[in-house]
Amino acid sequence: MKHHTILRIVSKLLIPYILLFAFYVQFHGDYGPGGGFQAGVIFASGFILYGLVFGLKQTRRVAPPAVIEALIACGVLIFAGTGVAAMLLGGNFLDYGLLEHHLLEGYLPHGQHLGILLVELGVGITVAAVMIAIFYSFAGRELKR
Amino acid sequence: MSSLPGLFNYWIVIMLMMTGFYIVISRGNLIKKVIGLNIFQISVFLLYISMGKVAGGTAPIKPAKSFESGSALQTFTNPLPSVLILTAIVVGVATTAMALALIVRIHEAYGTIEEDEILDMDQET
Amino acid sequence: MTEIETQVIDILVLSLLAITAVTIVRMRELWSAVMLTGLFSFLGASWMVILDAPDVAITEAAVGAGISTFLMLATLALTNREAKLVTKRSRISLVVVVVTGVILVFGTFDMPRYGDPNAPIHLHVAPQYLADEVPSTTGHHAEVHVPNVVTAVLASYRGYDTLGETVVIFTAGIGVLMLLRDRNPKKSPSKADKARS
Repeated sequence: MKHHTILRIVSKLLIPYILLFAFYVQFHGDYGPGGGFQAGVIFASGFILYGLVFGLKQTRRVAPPAVIEALIACGVLIFAGTGVAAMLLGGNFLDYGLLEHHLLEGYLPHGQHLGILLVELGVGITVAAVMIAIFYSFAGRELKR
Repeated sequence: MSSLPGLFNYWIVIMLMMTGFYIVISRGNLIKKVIGLNIFQISVFLLYISMGKVAGGTAPIKPAKSFESGSALQTFTNPLPSVLILTAIVVGVATTAMALALIVRIHEAYGTIEEDEILDMDQET
Repeated sequence: MTEIETQVIDILVLSLLAITAVTIVRMRELWSAVMLTGLFSFLGASWMVILDAPDVAITEAAVGAGISTFLMLATLALTNREAKLVTKRSRISLVVVVVTGVILVFGTFDMPRYGDPNAPIHLHVAPQYLADEVPSTTGHHAEVHVPNVVTAVLASYRGYDTLGETVVIFTAGIGVLMLLRDRNPKKSPSKADKARS
């Protein structure tokens, strides 16, 4: 893709905004349309665009496959961990009402809001990592004829 | 708000579903079958979301003022079908990815992705 | 928007959906068929916006028109580019499809009218979720003061289902990795070879 100058320049301009939009959709999922699933897919699209335009080797340096594969599991761990934390605090599994704390009143979320934020974060991380891992698998497969 | 009367929406979605179904059962190419499954999937999603629509309603996002004022809620579209379909979409793409990975491996093993050629090769050995 | 404008947009989107679907049936060149599927996903997402489901529309547009199209193109690059001519099964398939379609249309006569606010699905649990007053079996009264009701239901009221679905996505990712893992990677020159040269 060395000769496709327009593609390279436009991608360089667009990819930061794609990633920023993914973060916006993730953390504003409570107040508008959005949430973990959408944000994960948009985040992965940024990386896939980078991989298509700048080459797979370059992308593997930016997002190493070992890190991506570890992140797939991390997302599910964060989700289930929130549930187990609620259990350790004395309630049922995934009972967010118990996640109350009194640090920085009014600034940090607590209770249901904190639970939803953590859970959506876990979902977003897993979905993004799975999409990028699938991209690596397909694009890295050599043509065996 | 769609203004087509009565059940016409459902019939069009059923027609799209049947188009996807036709592609799956009548075409031998494996990738074409996956495309047909995708069309079928999207039509099913459209059917569910059509069922959740309430006439004169808006998207199920509450304006921030309603928490304090306690005024009567305006009409909202049912949020439950959206929740179901949201996860169904991402699960659908994950299974499509698995199906396509299987097709890549089949192509490496048999050299072709046409269903009848694969069955012939299986019966020869 | 006026009544006429909404009707025109509705009919336009629906007819484009139908035309695209019928065109995909007849396409033999797979590259074009994949592109038309991406277009179909995008039109489906537009129809979902008209049906007041913005969350679903964002997901469908990103997943269907983005990821899915890319995956199919990658598969095409690793396999063939064109499908074979239609086989002998097309007539009986048409009969099966038409019979199924007629049965389904017959089934829709029992459904409530489109947009009916007194349909059974709008009367039981949905008003509780929208009003944030879900009676809870344990002591804690689950009041989730989150404006986006879809996220509240997804992450809090029906959190178990979302955990299950995340595990499904995890499993599918692991499955693809296992299927397409390179068993014999190209031997890169080891450090001893590099030292010798």
